[in-house]
Amino acid sequence: MTMTSSRPTTTASSAPPAPAHRPLPGLWRTSLARSVSELRVFFRNPQSVVFTLALPVILLMIFGSIFSGKIEGTDTDFKQYFVAGIVAAGIMSTAFTGLAINVALEREMGLIRRLAGSPMPKASYFVGKVVLVLVTSLLEALILIALGTALFGLDLPSDADHWIAFGWIFVLGTAACALSGLAYTALIPSANSAAAIVTPPFLVLQFISGVFFPFNQLPEWMQTTAGIFPLKWMTQGLRYVFLPDGFSAVEPGGVWNLPLIAMALGFWVLLAGFLTAITFKWRGPKVR
Amino acid sequence: MTTITDHLPIDVQGLRKTYGDFAAVDHLDLQVRPGEVFALLGPNGAGKTTTVDMLCGVQRRTGGTVSVLGEDPHHDSRQWRNRLGVVPQNTGDYLNLTVREVVEMFATFYSDPIPTDELISMVGLTAKAGAKTNALSGGQKRRLDVAVGVVGKPELIFLDAPPTGLDPQARREAWDLVDYFRELGATTVLTTHYLDEAETLADRAGVIAAGRMLAIGTIDELGRTAGYSANVTVTDLEGVAGVIPSDLGVLEPDARADRRGGVLIGTDQPTAVVERLTRLAREQGFGEIPGLTVSRPTLEDTYLRLIQREDAQR
Repeated sequence: MTMTSSRPTTTASSAPPAPAHRPLPGLWRTSLARSVSELRVFFRNPQSVVFTLALPVILLMIFGSIFSGKIEGTDTDFKQYFVAGIVAAGIMSTAFTGLAINVALEREMGLIRRLAGSPMPKASYFVGKVVLVLVTSLLEALILIALGTALFGLDLPSDADHWIAFGWIFVLGTAACALSGLAYTALIPSANSAAAIVTPPFLVLQFISGVFFPFNQLPEWMQTTAGIFPLKWMTQGLRYVFLPDGFSAVEPGGVWNLPLIAMALGFWVLLAGFLTAITFKWRGPKVR
Repeated sequence: MTTITDHLPIDVQGLRKTYGDFAAVDHLDLQVRPGEVFALLGPNGAGKTTTVDMLCGVQRRTGGTVSVLGEDPHHDSRQWRNRLGVVPQNTGDYLNLTVREVVEMFATFYSDPIPTDELISMVGLTAKAGAKTNALSGGQKRRLDVAVGVVGKPELIFLDAPPTGLDPQARREAWDLVDYFRELGATTVLTTHYLDEAETLADRAGVIAAGRMLAIGTIDELGRTAGYSANVTVTDLEGVAGVIPSDLGVLEPDARADRRGGVLIGTDQPTAVVERLTRLAREQGFGEIPGLTVSRPTLEDTYLRLIQREDAQR
């Protein structure tokens, strides 16, 4: 092999490319592009749609059929209590568990590294994820509420106050779970281990946050522990939405305490958002 | 007139990356000039990808000063990313999206992107524009990756070639793309261990081994770095050693398979060498010197000498 040619070295005389005068696209445009992409990817994959939404539905069908009797000290059927709780757990399932696994996978597939290499504002990635889980969680909640109403005697609220409460509890709860899920991915080393690492907190919180067991019958230390995390406040809020007003008698302190619910969920949105911003792994040896 | 160093797209001094006691990149200096194609060469594990990762802000450096397009990659500003194109070594996957959707999404992040269909055609994926990326072959996924990397019409491109390489046609197209951006005035840093690629595409090259820059220069200059400006080879001629004194040239067996028994003389005075060989051949009754070739050392000759010399020192 002989060398036939070599290009002359280009020097500074070659003009540098004209600098781009057009401004960079704004946060709104890039977030819209990410959100559209997120929803496309999710809804085009029948497996992801079915399996993301299925688990809470299966739990509802099994335990809704097993549980019976009234909650002690009230006139409320335990089935109804459980349906309100499983709606909250369903939101956590899509917004926390599903999202964390999804992000671990995207990290391994190289998407996150490429987004970080582009001039996309980092916030747009998080906005896209929150939009995705707001849509999937709403779908999940509607399916669970429809089944709960049709099969397990759940009463839909008839006045605006309760629906407004449902609105903000849903949005704050979903955002708190989604941002916690994003922050939690810092602990996930690879897509293989994602499900194993994400499931324990979800499982444990369901048991101690008033989904499978009446909250007021749990040991006090368990109640206190659950009170640190968002799921307890979501179940309490959704019981306000779906259970009779008189049920508040067996809630902690004998009241629904909506302001405290809003504060607790709002606190988690801020804390998890902050943790995500400082710990999220955009690059590094583990990010392909 | 301003000097070159006023706007070097890449200016690196004493770059280091250590993991405990191990230095993946060890006091590396590198200047890349505006508008050139620069090839970073070296065996696997030499520190090429680590170097590029530090220059495009994927990994943090342990030490040294780095200026890329006039900024420290740590700052990671959007304006800076807008001027930079990165094609990483590993191929990316984009589940359930079509080729056009992936390119369109990345295009929305830049101030002045290449029109989507034009770019898809440039990387040779027009026939697959509407196909889901899951259905692409390995080579096609790599082409999509290149499109994603350069969609913002970058001033500086980092192209980290995968060790397994591309199919020949995809490689040709990647070369065309490098030429396209060269004509736009962009600067390209190409990481490869295919020397023919560097010879065809690059203006200058640097050879890295064990995290250190062994040699850097134009392809011509590199040819002289590790040896002589010319290689003279002959076959079937006896007594060559006797007529070439060591200050004129150095003899090695010709390593090429079809030249068994031949002799390679590395020299800076090929005319004098050929003169002596001519005399020797006449004495032995040859009209022509048997199997004579005179060539400039290829990049491969240089590269192998540099790497061997480096290995011998350790």
